[in-house]
Amino acid sequence: MATTIPEPPQIDPHRLPGPKHSGNGGWRDLVPPNGAPRVALHHSPPPSSTGIYVVLFAITMMFAAFSSALIVRKGSSLDWQTFTLPSILYINTLILLASSVTLEVARRRVATFMGGLKSHAESPTRWLYITLSLGLLFVAGQYFAWSQLRTEGLYLATNPSSSFFYVLTATHALHVLGGLGGLIYVIRMLGKSALRRSTLDATARYWHFMDVLWLYLLCLLWMKL
Amino acid sequence: MHDMSAHAVQHHAPTSFIRKYVFSLDHKVIGKQYYALALVAAFVGMFLSWMMRIHLAWTNAAIPGLQLLSKTGAPGGVMTPDYYLQLMTMHGTIMVFFVLTTAPFAAFGNFFLPIQVGAEDMPFPRFNMMSFWVTFSAFIVLMASFFVGDGPTLGGWTQYAPLNAVGSIGGPGQGSGVILWAASIGLFCVGQLLGALNFITTTLDLRVKGMSLMRLPLSAWAWFITSCMGLTAFAVLMPACILVILDHVAGTSFFVASNLVLNDQLVPHSGGSTLLWQHLFWFFGHPEVYIAIVPGIGIISHILIANMRRPMLSHRTLIYSMGALAVLSYMVYGHHMFVSGMNPFSSLAFSFPTLVITIPSTIIVLIATFSLYGAKLRINSASLFSLGFISMFVSGGVSGFFLAQPSIDIMLHATYFVVGHFHLVMGVAAMFGIFAGTYFWFPKMVGRMMNETLGKIHFWLSFVGAYCIFMPFHYLGMAGNVRRYSTFVDDFLQPLIPVHRFITVAALITGAAQLVFLYNLIHSRFWGKPATDNPWEATSLEWSTATPPPFDNFGGKHPVVYHDPYQYGVQSSVGDYVMQASPEQVKTEEEEK
Repeated sequence: MATTIPEPPQIDPHRLPGPKHSGNGGWRDLVPPNGAPRVALHHSPPPSSTGIYVVLFAITMMFAAFSSALIVRKGSSLDWQTFTLPSILYINTLILLASSVTLEVARRRVATFMGGLKSHAESPTRWLYITLSLGLLFVAGQYFAWSQLRTEGLYLATNPSSSFFYVLTATHALHVLGGLGGLIYVIRMLGKSALRRSTLDATARYWHFMDVLWLYLLCLLWMKL
Repeated sequence: MHDMSAHAVQHHAPTSFIRKYVFSLDHKVIGKQYYALALVAAFVGMFLSWMMRIHLAWTNAAIPGLQLLSKTGAPGGVMTPDYYLQLMTMHGTIMVFFVLTTAPFAAFGNFFLPIQVGAEDMPFPRFNMMSFWVTFSAFIVLMASFFVGDGPTLGGWTQYAPLNAVGSIGGPGQGSGVILWAASIGLFCVGQLLGALNFITTTLDLRVKGMSLMRLPLSAWAWFITSCMGLTAFAVLMPACILVILDHVAGTSFFVASNLVLNDQLVPHSGGSTLLWQHLFWFFGHPEVYIAIVPGIGIISHILIANMRRPMLSHRTLIYSMGALAVLSYMVYGHHMFVSGMNPFSSLAFSFPTLVITIPSTIIVLIATFSLYGAKLRINSASLFSLGFISMFVSGGVSGFFLAQPSIDIMLHATYFVVGHFHLVMGVAAMFGIFAGTYFWFPKMVGRMMNETLGKIHFWLSFVGAYCIFMPFHYLGMAGNVRRYSTFVDDFLQPLIPVHRFITVAALITGAAQLVFLYNLIHSRFWGKPATDNPWEATSLEWSTATPPPFDNFGGKHPVVYHDPYQYGVQSSVGDYVMQASPEQVKTEEEEK
């Protein structure tokens, strides 16, 4: 049974940090104190790149639960009333998609700088601020959609269809707000030259996921309401 | 070991009391906090079960002091039927969530998973701290329901709809009690999701050099698989709790059907689906059973191997079987709903995987028992409780074959047969896993040995006691004793009262035996024999560091892993084993020959 290997095998050469570090030591010091952030690139990707997929999986499960609840609830009774989605939602969709594009522009600019392909980053902060504003605009737009429904007399408890509309859109908006928090953190870290590439990537993945999730929700609501 | 470069150490030990012991970022402190929470919760839950058992056996007997807990629920110390149900609900909720999930998974996992993979901490220590404090708040919120309004909810730990959503018309505790319950469980889900995030990333990303996935100890594998299950299950329970709260406070109708009349009052809801709650709940609820038991499987395998001085027959098969349990656990949840009015074809579809899931369970048990065959097992409290785990898991599991078939389940579903089944297979077995883990890892956690004599007394009283309590439950069930009733005085169940009295006496004695454990735990913490670094001569990484481990686990170094986790029965310079982190080349006894 005893398997003895004179040289320990490496888990994955891409995951191992540089020669100065062994094992998991690498992830803590991606950004040396007062150092340029691009030094970080030579080290292993830290757990946030795995962690973000764990988070996205949990969010997917949560919305899967809500969706199946919607489908079951709709089929369980005849009291389901359809209504037209507020048209502002389509504008909100475009805003959210645009924010993904601007974030991707910012991310690529920071990435080329961190990768050492450019000596300075071309105003990534500006693009991040644009993304932030678009995100805020999206949440404000959602709020506008809710008030529009309220003026039509559709409240949370009016009908199961409106209940699900509010629950799904509000939960999504809360997650978008969480993403905005992530963006603010990224901007702050970038200002301090202490941004980790992985943090930026994780935030971007989260943000793009919010887009995809919203497109899915819009389709679901459009089909079922 | 490799020296870490100077600036890699950015992880300074905290100096302030608050950062060190209260809002600690150290996974080891968080693990101990989880353990303490589970310990308190376990004794609260046990106390509640004592109250219920006394009431079931001597219905009109006053329990001194019970009226202090609730004047209306237990006037003069005799509990009302409603209050019995409230205590039952709290017993179930506390035990399932705050003991069986918290202790084997969150407590031991937090303490030992990073050490077993060779990491200095979890990757997201702040989330880890939040995970504990959110769980702690969840416990406080749940406990608060004892003292708010008309007491805790009476709807059972499963909180079936529509009772969970109709408000106070449904009985005492169905107003504020349910809201607090749902808020508590929602918070608990958040805590466990944060925990799962840390567990998964620790296992995948923080393994030291040489620690391939198959070189992880079985306990680490069990925690990893459990965290994957938790991630999927708790992410579904949380939305369900949100919907229940909305039904309560916002007047929505997710779970309450139209024209429901309760206590002569029309419930103002329309068209909700009661089955929807059961689907959402059991999609979480069945994996939850495995969330409670899989860490136990990993822990007792880890312990048995160290005491058998030989690895399990197949390391890989055990891992794959635990994985199979995890995957199948999502496909069987409908077997809790055979009597719910669900389509009978669905019952059939859920019955088949339920029978299939017994295959990996059986493989695990067979591997453990055949590995034990001919082994010179070192008998100590930890290995005894590990054997006890297997015994309970088998005894409770066998009744699962019966319950897996809809036609038999319809007869047995609402009886004590089911109570006996799940208490043995999930409750007692998981508790035995917790005890085994405690006796085994206590030296590493606090630096002192536990008293072995007291441990063995604790084992035998618990082992015999648990069978005395839960085996008669099966008999009661087959005799038609319905569950959830608070009294059997004046009906056809009268002849079964002596059996109930026997169970109650057994429960009181077995419960008292847990005080031996508590005494041993506290006494050994302060006055136990100091432990060496590797008192069990075990091989995994937690035993190659100091006792108790330093703040960064390995004292500024990172171990390098050279071996499979369980190199026992070999001839090395230290004895019949070689540590995972030891570069020594050894031959097995067979190779020597």
